[in-house]
Amino acid sequence: MKTPRKTLLMMSLLLSMPLFAGIEGDAERGRTAAAVCAACHQADGSGMHIPGGESWPRLAAMDAGYMYRQLVDFREGRRTNASMMPFAAMLTDQQLKDVSVYYSQLPATPGQGGKDAAADLLKLGQRLVEQGDWERYIVPCGSCHGPASQGAGSNFPGIAGQHAGYIERQLLDWKQGKRDNDPQHLMLAIAERMTEQDIRAVAAWLSTLPAQ
Amino acid sequence: MKTNRFQWLLVGMLASCVILPVQAEQQLRFPVNPPQPREGQLLHTPPTMDDLEAARMHPELKRVIRRGHDLFMNTQQLRGKNVFNDMNCSSCHMGEGRMPFASPVWPAAVVLPNYRPKNDHVNNLEERIAGCFSYSMNGIPPEYGSDDMVALAAYHQWLAKGVPIYQLGDYYGRGYPIDQPSQEPSHERGHALYENNCAICHSSDGSGMRVKGETHFPAVWGDLSYNWGAGIIRNFTLAGFIHHNMPLGQPYTMSVQDAWDIAVYINSHERPQDPRYEGDVRATRARYLESFHKHGFYGTEQQGRLLGDHRNTGEKPILKPEVLRARTFTPQ
Ligand code: HEC
Ligand code: HEC
Ligand code: HEC
Ligand code: HEC
Repeated sequence: MKTPRKTLLMMSLLLSMPLFAGIEGDAERGRTAAAVCAACHQADGSGMHIPGGESWPRLAAMDAGYMYRQLVDFREGRRTNASMMPFAAMLTDQQLKDVSVYYSQLPATPGQGGKDAAADLLKLGQRLVEQGDWERYIVPCGSCHGPASQGAGSNFPGIAGQHAGYIERQLLDWKQGKRDNDPQHLMLAIAERMTEQDIRAVAAWLSTLPAQ
Repeated sequence: MKTNRFQWLLVGMLASCVILPVQAEQQLRFPVNPPQPREGQLLHTPPTMDDLEAARMHPELKRVIRRGHDLFMNTQQLRGKNVFNDMNCSSCHMGEGRMPFASPVWPAAVVLPNYRPKNDHVNNLEERIAGCFSYSMNGIPPEYGSDDMVALAAYHQWLAKGVPIYQLGDYYGRGYPIDQPSQEPSHERGHALYENNCAICHSSDGSGMRVKGETHFPAVWGDLSYNWGAGIIRNFTLAGFIHHNMPLGQPYTMSVQDAWDIAVYINSHERPQDPRYEGDVRATRARYLESFHKHGFYGTEQQGRLLGDHRNTGEKPILKPEVLRARTFTPQ
């Protein structure tokens, strides 16, 4: 507030570096830094469903604040994955913000891996996503993951339109105690009540839904 | 004879009842352990919407019950007409109004008409539903006998299928029962607990979260929450709700004491005016003290502020819906 000029300068700096859910990143710089990510997450951020192997999550149109937090968690070892860890560690903190903002602005691509699932598996998946199963205290996914499970802020990522293989892996990881970085263990509490059949079902169903 | 048949019924219902404990093949980190039924309590597992599809009933009746279910789950479709806050019926009556300890709604269908101290007269099911519209939804109830009201009532009645009517006894899981806390509830502890366990969804300012212009996480205080006449402003009711139901997906992780602490914290914030307000908050408190307000903070000073001392009705354009009137049941 010393001089109006200084205020103006600060304002224009702020404008050129928009705030995404509390993180400041530059999409253009992010595009450059993301070159190393394309081998797995693909140039358009679509990732890939790999049957029987390790799927790469779609990052396009995911929430920037959520992605940045995951990257920091990989870097700090709060979330572990051998393929992903080195890449989170090789970028600076600012670059992690930049790539997160970059991917969040790419248009969503379709989820893969659920189209050939059996009709009754998809039906079970749809039911768990939309109505849950309160008798087993499986809360409907949309109650947290937002309308149509397309996300709610930076804490509740969109899961609709994600690849089936990736969704299945994450839920199994929570159930088996391998993923543990969710705030207040809100996700763990649900995942550990699900059977492997439930998990296959929601993964298949969610992958057929639009992400946006 | 009479007793025998009733007991038989009790046992029959017990057998068909799925009580919550989530059984574990693995050691669960968040087991769900609701209180067990006590001797003599009536147990009932309400039918599901699948049971409705399978039931032998007129298709038109099924359609109306489905409509009632839809209104119950997505009451926001009546926003601006009957609902003026961010609630659905299912925001408090969780799991489609079927869950024990989340005030399942079916008991109302079998114990009403009955005398209700809150309005000091005999109420039927539609009037009970109108009560939650007027206070919990900060709304203006659909008219008695209207399509929406009949559909909602039909859904309640369907959930009560098989329960003997007018057994004004003890129902397992009714309301939000809770024990007294061992220490005086503390606003300060409640504040810290709220920040650590609730704010991620309901936000630090209590306003919840809206996504794409729609309710996602409902508001726990402020203009878009329930008003000062809602049953859940009573500290014991809110504490009971929290203990049995929150944080979402992790019931019973807040101890009885935690739940009371958080309840007094939440309830020491502002919300829309009690529709029964007549211009003086202390007088309104006094008028409904015994039947209601002695259990809450309305019209008292908390954190240096007199609560409820305003004319704010939130988004609702009027203060008092017409249906909130006294009944005398005496010939004119
Ligand atoms: C060798 C393949 C590979 C490369 C290269 C790679 N990732 Fe990943 N990434 C993965 C895998 C596999 C996962 C899933 C990890 C798991 O299962 O926990 C993942 C997960 C993520 C997630 C978490 C997504 C979510 O929905 O939680 C983010 C964010 C991410 N990667 C960003 C990046 C960025 C940015 C780069 C480049 C700097 C990158 N990744 C490079 C394989 C890779
Ligand atoms: C009580 C809230 C809650 C409910 C209900 C819930 N989730 Fe989640 N879920 C979360 C949170 C919080 C995260 C983010 C975890 C993190 O930040 O590490 C998450 C993350 C996930 C992820 C990982 C996303 C990614 O990109 O890595 C998947 C998959 C998922 N949830 C699936 C589901 C499914 C399927 C359901 C319904 C059966 C469900 N969730 C219900 C809270 C919830
Ligand atoms: C803000 C929370 C809240 C909302 C929203 C809400 N209610 Fe309620 N409802 C309560 C409370 C509190 C009680 C009383 C529970 C008790 O007995 O302690 C109650 C009781 C009831 C009962 C009587 C249950 C019984 O055991 O006799 C019915 C019926 C009912 N509500 C229907 C509805 C309907 C229909 C809606 C939507 C139009 C609704 N409620 C919305 C909080 C709520
Ligand atoms: C993961 C998100 C989440 C968390 C964490 C959470 N809630 Fe809720 N809460 C909800 C949702 C969603 C509902 C509506 C119930 C439904 O739709 O099934 C709700 C309903 C409520 C209600 C009744 C409706 C209203 O808005 O007044 C109260 C009171 C409440 N929560 C209090 C709490 C308290 C206290 C905590 C912390 C101990 C808490 N919640 C933690 C998501 C959450």
